[in-house]
Amino acid sequence: MEERLFQTARDIHGLYPHVHIWGGPIAIYLFLGGLAAGILLFATLYYLKGKENEMPFTVKIAPIFTFWIVILGLLLLVYDLHHPLYVLELFTSFRIESPMSWGAWTLAVVSVLSLIWPLSYIDDIEAYLHERGWQKLDWATRMVKTWEHKWIIPRFVIMNFRKYRKPIAYLLLFLSIILGIYTGILLSAFNAHPLWNNSILGPLFLTSGVSTGSAFVMWLSNNKKERKLMSTIDMALIAIELFFIIHMIMGMQAGPEAYKQAAHLFLGGEFTVIFWVIFVGFGLILPFILEGLELGGKHIPPALPAILVLIGGLLFRIIMVAAGQMSEYPF
Amino acid sequence: MRYAMAIEVNKCVGCGDCVVACQTENNVPMGYSRDWIIEIARGEYPNLFMHFESQRCNHCDDTPCVRTCPTGASHVIEGGIVKVTHDECIGCGACIEACPYDARYFHPDGYVDKCTFCDHRVADGLDPACVSVCPTNCMHFGDLDDPDSEISKLLNSREHYTLLPEAGTAPQIYYLK
Repeated sequence: MEERLFQTARDIHGLYPHVHIWGGPIAIYLFLGGLAAGILLFATLYYLKGKENEMPFTVKIAPIFTFWIVILGLLLLVYDLHHPLYVLELFTSFRIESPMSWGAWTLAVVSVLSLIWPLSYIDDIEAYLHERGWQKLDWATRMVKTWEHKWIIPRFVIMNFRKYRKPIAYLLLFLSIILGIYTGILLSAFNAHPLWNNSILGPLFLTSGVSTGSAFVMWLSNNKKERKLMSTIDMALIAIELFFIIHMIMGMQAGPEAYKQAAHLFLGGEFTVIFWVIFVGFGLILPFILEGLELGGKHIPPALPAILVLIGGLLFRIIMVAAGQMSEYPF
Repeated sequence: MRYAMAIEVNKCVGCGDCVVACQTENNVPMGYSRDWIIEIARGEYPNLFMHFESQRCNHCDDTPCVRTCPTGASHVIEGGIVKVTHDECIGCGACIEACPYDARYFHPDGYVDKCTFCDHRVADGLDPACVSVCPTNCMHFGDLDDPDSEISKLLNSREHYTLLPEAGTAPQIYYLK
């Protein structure tokens, strides 16, 4: 028997009985980062494959959302800071060893590029809005066009963006992968939390993020071919995600005591039901089956598996952020 | 220069003087503390054993807190002392998550605060506040790179352990058995 007690009081919020300083905002931030990465990955990938007219929603329309998604994520990040007035310190230094530092820089670059990407497609976006009967949104495209005609800076930026779209697409493709991986590496850099501290978390968060991206496109696109392709890709991604999850837990089970205890949170511990039944069951396996049935010809509203994947992705991050902080070295 | 601390656990009576001295010396806000005492009881009645550990930042050689800091606010100064520059800290909490010893916390003013080994006293050739007030003299502070320092001699001659060496941080608070 060994018992450890505090002899002197330490009444500090967020440290006991285990560190719990990161909550909902960080989980949502990681989810939004992954979602933006997924949307951008498909947009740039299919642009580079020369399918911008075949898959208009993926390449031209979906990236409209990424800017707002990234900005919302950054706002949540700033909201979660305890010393927010000093936030610009993030951008006056670059520290290669700190995932949060290069993540913040990646987000900044991605937010700028993902703002200009859809602006450079403004004619196609207008045509698309008309095609779907959303003329009411014309004011937005008209506003952008007016700016472009009136002012030299937006005209110059957008013109050059169109001209160099290919190298920019390569850069953005690379950055979207970095962004997706970053959301996982941010957590896996903390060896004080054995649950986070495994190298598969980066690829797992990337896969999950890209899966939410494909679900987003599948949900909002009106193009049957696009939907079908995204549905197939999402099924593959879900399969990879399941493989990574099992791999992660196997790795922890084969590790030292602190890692076994981390795995126990999901294997009989307090996150067992929410992780396996709600996240894996309703967020991965059920949408996988629904997508499979849809591809097999059954009529299933595409919003259903898409929303399940999106909620599952968010839930996965909430679980990982909460459970990770509970997993600590015993001392 | 490598500052470190050695604490004789069997001489410690758990009085809490080190905690109070630190709070006074460093203006630590109410309810907060940069160091704290843990009472560890082992065994089965009637064969019970107990000792105290005065714990604080371990001023590790391999610092996960400094590594994960996105702005460089967390840094290591001469002598291996880990410090936080308040005006560069954004209060993201990465270092708090990175520390396996729970040595860091959010100061009510927002920035992250922690033990500084009383570097302002050490610079004047004094011991840290906690060491200087210890009524049983169970704490020793000094330079590990100097083979003639009291702490070097103690660590050479006595059995000792550190907290969570398995976390890979190379902690520099030594507990003498």
